Amino acid sequence: MTAAATTSLRPVIVGAGPAGVRAAVTLAAAGLNPVLVDEAARPGGQIYRQPPAGLTRPPEALYGFEAAKARAIHTALAPYAGQIDHYTETLVWNIEHGALDLMNRDASGQPVSTVLPYDSLILATGATDRILPLPGWTRPGVYTLGGAQIALKAQGCGIGKRVVFAGTGPLLYLIAYQYAKAGATVAAVLDTAPFVNRIHALPGLLACPDTLLKGLYYTAWLSLHDVPLHSGVTLREISGPDGTVAALHWRDAKGRDRETACDGIGLGYGLRSETQLADLAGCRFAFNDLHRVWLPERDDAGRTSVAGVYVAGDGAGIAGADAAEAAGERAALALLQDRGLPVDPTRVTALDRRLARFRRFSSALWTAFPVPAGWAHDLPDSMTLCRCEEITVGTLRQTVRTDTPTELNRLKALSRIGMGRCQGRMCGVAAAEVLAHETGRPVSAIARLRPQPPIKPLPAATLPAPVSGEDTP
Amino acid sequence: MSLLVRYAEQSRPPVHFFLDGQPQTALSGDTLLTAILTCANRLRQTEFTGENRAGFCLMGACQDCWIQVRRGTGPVERLRACSTLLEEGMSLSTSATVPPVMTGAAS
Repeated sequence: MTAAATTSLRPVIVGAGPAGVRAAVTLAAAGLNPVLVDEAARPGGQIYRQPPAGLTRPPEALYGFEAAKARAIHTALAPYAGQIDHYTETLVWNIEHGALDLMNRDASGQPVSTVLPYDSLILATGATDRILPLPGWTRPGVYTLGGAQIALKAQGCGIGKRVVFAGTGPLLYLIAYQYAKAGATVAAVLDTAPFVNRIHALPGLLACPDTLLKGLYYTAWLSLHDVPLHSGVTLREISGPDGTVAALHWRDAKGRDRETACDGIGLGYGLRSETQLADLAGCRFAFNDLHRVWLPERDDAGRTSVAGVYVAGDGAGIAGADAAEAAGERAALALLQDRGLPVDPTRVTALDRRLARFRRFSSALWTAFPVPAGWAHDLPDSMTLCRCEEITVGTLRQTVRTDTPTELNRLKALSRIGMGRCQGRMCGVAAAEVLAHETGRPVSAIARLRPQPPIKPLPAATLPAPVSGEDTP
Repeated sequence: MSLLVRYAEQSRPPVHFFLDGQPQTALSGDTLLTAILTCANRLRQTEFTGENRAGFCLMGACQDCWIQVRRGTGPVERLRACSTLLEEGMSLSTSATVPPVMTGAAS
């Protein structure tokens, strides 16, 4: 980095979902000129994702009860257009030496890599579905719950005519409701969490009564429309001729084997934070017992262990879109406070109070919809665990037996699990559970997959040509 | 045989393209993934076992929908089908075979 470049350092926000947009607007309102970088063409993140130009359904049709919030996020940047640089369709693929490596495309569609130094950084990188595979999960017709929702929201398409939503978490019921309203047949909603967990979680869920009521509404609506809802189930296998999806086999709470005919399946067990960039920025991580994953350490305002680096929204731990808006604003205020700039103390107090409420609610959600205990116990050796490299459970077990790795990165080096294109986003949670089970160690004791830049695949043409002479020893 | 079902927004203008050399029609605003899976049952075949895949996360995370694409007489590009919009006349491949150069109108 040259001296000239350092004079133009600006705060950078990664992610233009509810957390990132609120952070950007808060910094701009305080007179700063942040850069907002996002992979999508338009703001909203995945939760408030905007369809491409040409699709015309209004927010009410796309986001239901959340339409006003979605519209507010979509329009929040416009008043600050002169202050916020919004880099759209831009991937952050690495963080190194106080700068981001970006990839976007020039006017002719050619990939271009640029370096963006920052003076402080707010990571609002969001989440994807937490996946626990079952035999048949790689077949065409099986999608993540989030993917099933995006097909409907952003493309007006469903993942089938007769669809099952399976796994656990509040998204199961919301997406089943959205599909049924769109005209699909929802053949079943299969929740691995026992119903009694929801009763135990009730006191905590009352921290956000509006959200609880919406959840109850979706469930009641589905019941009234004769959609079969089952809790406490075990998912067994997806089957169909020639690699297609024709049925989901499952075991009900009473231990009876059952089968539901379907041509599409949405699968997910809650959400999983996207933490690769926080890792590359050097943030310290801690194992979170409730989420059963490693998350960047942070204070209640979003400060990480690295000065000037903040995390906000679902990328910092799953708490939902409303919490993400509050967390994005709070992280931006922390950034201002840390620079000695004035902030409104009553606003800080109000946000801290809201965030505490969201924390109670999201803790209760993990109680209501936990990752199924003992998931790794009786997986068949033949099941594919890693969809990128097509590595089976049996291969992992064999590797554990012969090479006795006790840590996930060692298992990755030996078996290539987590080394494929997705870098363990889809298989990492499952691989950790399998390794923990096979070695008899707690998941917290086997570390987490270390991210490698580029954190997503890049066209080879993106990388800058080496400077002449650089390779000379 | 299609995998995705259109439930809404079906009155958009058509976009013509080639899928494994055959002319096909999708709608303006479709991603490559939507365009392919509303007229076929796979996006690609895996490198190791050759089994069919049709994407998974639809949000640019799982990387299971990279396909080979050719625009006109241009070079073959690898693009992520869930996050790339279809363009008129694109030639797309759902196998390891490179998409053929297709001249003339796709309709």
